Amino acid sequence: MTLFVQVTLDGLLTGLLYALVATGLSLIWGVMDVINFAHGEYLMVAMYVSYWLGFLMNIDPLFSWIGAAVFVFILAALTYKLIIKFTVGKSALSALLATFGLSMVLKNTALYNFSPNFRLLSDTILGGKRFLIGDIVIPLPQVVIGIFAVVVVGTLFWLIKRTRLGWAIQATALNKQAAELMGINTEWIYTLVFGLGGACCGIAGGLLPSYLAVHPEVGSLFSLIAFVIVALGGFGSIPGAFLAALMIGLVEAYSGFYIAPVFKYVAVFGIYIVVVMFRPRGLFGW
Amino acid sequence: MNLARKDYLLAAVFGIFALLPLIPGVLPSSFTQHVFLLIFLYASMSQSWNVLGGYCGQVSFGHSVFFGIGAYGAGMAVVHFQTLPWPGVIVGAFAAAAVAMVISYPVFKLTGHYFAIATFAIVEIFNRLFMVWDWVGGALGLDYGLTDTGIANFVWYESKVPYYYGALGLMVIVFSTVRWIERNRLGYLLRAVREGQDASESLGVNSTWTKLTAMGVSAFLAALCGAFYAQYNFRVDPPMVMSLDVSMKFVLITLLGGTGTLWGPLLGAAVLIPLQEYTRAMFGGLGGGLDLIIFGLLIILVVVKQPRGIMGILEDLTRGRKSRKQSEKGGA
Repeated sequence: MTLFVQVTLDGLLTGLLYALVATGLSLIWGVMDVINFAHGEYLMVAMYVSYWLGFLMNIDPLFSWIGAAVFVFILAALTYKLIIKFTVGKSALSALLATFGLSMVLKNTALYNFSPNFRLLSDTILGGKRFLIGDIVIPLPQVVIGIFAVVVVGTLFWLIKRTRLGWAIQATALNKQAAELMGINTEWIYTLVFGLGGACCGIAGGLLPSYLAVHPEVGSLFSLIAFVIVALGGFGSIPGAFLAALMIGLVEAYSGFYIAPVFKYVAVFGIYIVVVMFRPRGLFGW
Repeated sequence: MNLARKDYLLAAVFGIFALLPLIPGVLPSSFTQHVFLLIFLYASMSQSWNVLGGYCGQVSFGHSVFFGIGAYGAGMAVVHFQTLPWPGVIVGAFAAAAVAMVISYPVFKLTGHYFAIATFAIVEIFNRLFMVWDWVGGALGLDYGLTDTGIANFVWYESKVPYYYGALGLMVIVFSTVRWIERNRLGYLLRAVREGQDASESLGVNSTWTKLTAMGVSAFLAALCGAFYAQYNFRVDPPMVMSLDVSMKFVLITLLGGTGTLWGPLLGAAVLIPLQEYTRAMFGGLGGGLDLIIFGLLIILVVVKQPRGIMGILEDLTRGRKSRKQSEKGGA
């Protein structure tokens, strides 16, 4: 029983991290119908920013996530301005392939500058801290990321549903031309949405060096899992992505523990195939 | 007019084909031969993808699975069963076609990004399953032992020339198949489904059958390319043949050349492979990555500036000349 609770807890904490990464992707997909293949690389970039802030200037990841988020916000906004903007209106595939090109550039720039070595910050405030409830181990860094995930996803949801900016974003997503006629600067909305989507990833990446080593390939797996989560949740649904992330986290933990660790990603990707066979537009899709 | 120009182009391409067998004699550098045979191999791979992705419009990112099954077919025949690679090549190709048709039946129900993500998921599933499947060597993969050289084993150690001809032969097989499809009923069905699935169904096209056939042919040809790749490298392991990076190569080369055109994949490979191999030779090595940075930038540039690829650029050039001529006539 204790083991089951422990595995469930680990799964939920992983799921919350995935939620933080996937929400940005979901936002971009929902508003612009663009799959950003470089999303995992944004996470990697954020981790390097946080790592170097910690290594060179001794800023703890608990604070340097702000820098990482701002950095990735700018990177993502630039991605829109320099690449995505030119693919809007062309085939759905073009943005995916262009961002795949971007992911290659980012990954290999990191490889070229920082070598393939794994880097981890030692002596961070959260690093290695844990507390116990009975026999259940609760790792503090993961819990902090989980809290951030709930806060960020909640804020984003509130922003979209309850503010004028959010309504403008929704209007742009529904009908770009009509939104323009209503006086909405859709160009600015797109840039902002791309930036915000990246920034969610930036927050996650900024906090991660407390317990996850950074290396140029670290984003690749996150990218794929985030795609699966967003598609599983359904087109552009932020609550859908959040629940799908928790589900994927649990599937990963249970299959890793009760079947074998090597099968956990087979189960994660398999569950997506099985679900979309019955619901081709995802769990919460229209 | 139009027809005549196409015939000139065809004649020119066949002329180049006729000259190609002379290249090993003219270019004794084994690196140059390596680059040329890779061009042929990647052109064939992309052409196999083009059947489904270009002509039928179903953009699959899962083709490394079929490429991998072909490679494992040859590898298992040689390493596990210790026979010639050829029976493995045939079995592998049919197995790839069968696997492709079985897994795509449910996946073809999906559209847009849902389809793309499903194909990514399939690659990851196969990659991880082959990583732990002991019978096919798991993560270590299959390593070829020393065997006799020659056509029977399709193995040579000293020279790249026989592989060069092998790759050329592979390309002729794949390109002729696609040329044949393009000209026949199947080709028209494929394009009809690409242009509008619902419209073509209303005219009596069985789109599911068409897509599955395209998938089967495409996977079969991709598996042949995989088998060649295994024979050329003397080893097979999951990341080498069954990964997202390999899958993306299929798509990107075709995209660079021009999707849904016969010569697109060859043009794409002829530009991308020398670029990749020479930048790797110049800047590559441990901890490099500069070659892939250039590769990535090129992809972005092509997608953003000319989504129809090199074929699109060529068309614009010829059309530009034609319209200039017409305007001259109009002025006179």
